[in-house]
Amino acid sequence: MNLEVDISKKLRDFDLRVSFSEGRKRIGILGASGCGKSMTLKSIAGIETPDAGRICADGRVLYDSARKINQKPQKRNIGYLFQNYALFPAMTVAENIAAGLSGTREEKRRRVREMTGRFHLEGLEDHYPSRLSGGQQQRAALARLMACRPEIILLDEPFSAMDAYLRDQLQEQLSEMLEGYGGTVVLVSHNRDEIYRFCDDVLIMEQGQVIRAGEKKAVFAEPRIRQAAVLTGCKNFCSLERRDAHHAFLKDWGIELFTEREIPEETTCIGYRAHWFIPVWAGEHPEYEGKIPPNSFRVQERRRVKLPFEMNFYLVPQGKRQPENPAYISWFAQENIQKFLEKKGMPDFLQLDEKQILFLK
Amino acid sequence: MSELADILKNLDWSPLWISLKTGVVATVISFFLGIFAARRSIRRGPAARSVLDGILTLPMVLPPTATGFFLLLLFSKRRPFGAFLYGQFGIKVVQSWLGCIIAATVIAFPLMYRNARAAFEQIDMNLVYAGRTLGMSDTKIFWKVVMPTSGPGIMAGTVLTFARALGEYGATSMLAGNIPGKTATVSQRIAMVIQDGDYLTAGVWVIVVLLIAFAVIFLMNFVAGKNMKNLERW
Repeated sequence: MNLEVDISKKLRDFDLRVSFSEGRKRIGILGASGCGKSMTLKSIAGIETPDAGRICADGRVLYDSARKINQKPQKRNIGYLFQNYALFPAMTVAENIAAGLSGTREEKRRRVREMTGRFHLEGLEDHYPSRLSGGQQQRAALARLMACRPEIILLDEPFSAMDAYLRDQLQEQLSEMLEGYGGTVVLVSHNRDEIYRFCDDVLIMEQGQVIRAGEKKAVFAEPRIRQAAVLTGCKNFCSLERRDAHHAFLKDWGIELFTEREIPEETTCIGYRAHWFIPVWAGEHPEYEGKIPPNSFRVQERRRVKLPFEMNFYLVPQGKRQPENPAYISWFAQENIQKFLEKKGMPDFLQLDEKQILFLK
Repeated sequence: MSELADILKNLDWSPLWISLKTGVVATVISFFLGIFAARRSIRRGPAARSVLDGILTLPMVLPPTATGFFLLLLFSKRRPFGAFLYGQFGIKVVQSWLGCIIAATVIAFPLMYRNARAAFEQIDMNLVYAGRTLGMSDTKIFWKVVMPTSGPGIMAGTVLTFARALGEYGATSMLAGNIPGKTATVSQRIAMVIQDGDYLTAGVWVIVVLLIAFAVIFLMNFVAGKNMKNLERW
């Protein structure tokens, strides 16, 4: 199964220009609200029409502005899971599931029974959607779209309006329900965790453009673009002045950076995840006596926020030189580090682990 | 008391049947036309829509006698269109039961149209989109999803339309006249007997109308209440 999308559409705030070709089964589109990801999904489903471009699914042309092809959503055979599930309020669960089916009454009934069994909706057939719990609604909506045997399933932020506990449960439920499904699934979300746990490949969108795409592990390890790093959850950024392949100056933190790794030439900025700072206590390192350790800055605490399982510190960085434009640094100290903090007090320095530095542009 | 029994015994019930028939037929016509027009107007751009809206709502805002005047202009046998209808098809609108229906329909239609449109505007577009991606035709989506979901609004529109059509007086008296047994509706009969100073007969008719009104509203609320059960309320 191959999904090819290459479309453009003028939107109010920006132009949507999305182009990708994906062969993987689970595709995630990650982007902030209003970046055009939902519009992309709706264009694939045929609910919205792009201004120009082409959409193909497995060689089947769904939309091609050059050849004046624009298949109706009814003919595309694409299942769409809406954020609010869009169950028909005046129909029972069974009627909802049967709504898109064709065939004789007996065939429909058999298919409905099969779906209610598969999606654990037995006993709820005669209930109306308003009487169902969130999880049941999701299963009913899935049963309804799966009943039509779609070739592609599009999930439009299915979890974004939920509390964390329910979200975890329903993500698991959705993964489980889609386990045997052979077609392509596209999940759109602004939540990196959702995308990471659900997808093989990820596309990161910003202002109507795909700014980074690839296998999810590679994209999260190397977002390459600053906005992409933000969306993958990176909290700390610092502009960089590259001196040579291994030396650079981190302008906002005042650190002279030396790395074994080569710094890509186009790098203008680095990203550093809040979990990865290494605390250094001066007393344990006589070799740093009177000096600032390499790739480190002196810790000046501004604020601390206690989270359920970790501590979030906001620090003002001060490296060897005065930073030009000091920016707060956010540091998450996980449980294992908190033990040391209790014993030894705040560290004197925080050190960057060069392996964890994201080189960005 | 014997006076009342006398009136009831000798009462000509034909205005009741004429009013009921007119009300039912006008409501049925308005129901379908109103829903059709509402569905059409929702799909228009804002400019075309406000023009359409204005024309369709006009009969509700105008004094009924003014509407009756326009209808008379249109359907009078001495006017081109009325003459054409009568000459070609033998259809007589003025001073006929058909006139009652047309007057009642034109006056009551905006109530159906506006209520239906308000109900359709409340529909979550995702329901329509969901129907489309499930392969349902637009017609099927309309009748199976949009209509039942907007049930309460449609119900309210139907009740008001029927009530308005049942009580229509101004336009009806101008277009259809007050011919006993043919176009004399309850409201026209009440006005007529009042003019004769016969308050007792007028009172009997008012009670009849009151009973009908209560029955209709009760029935509609009962049906709507059944539908409402499946919808969320606030």
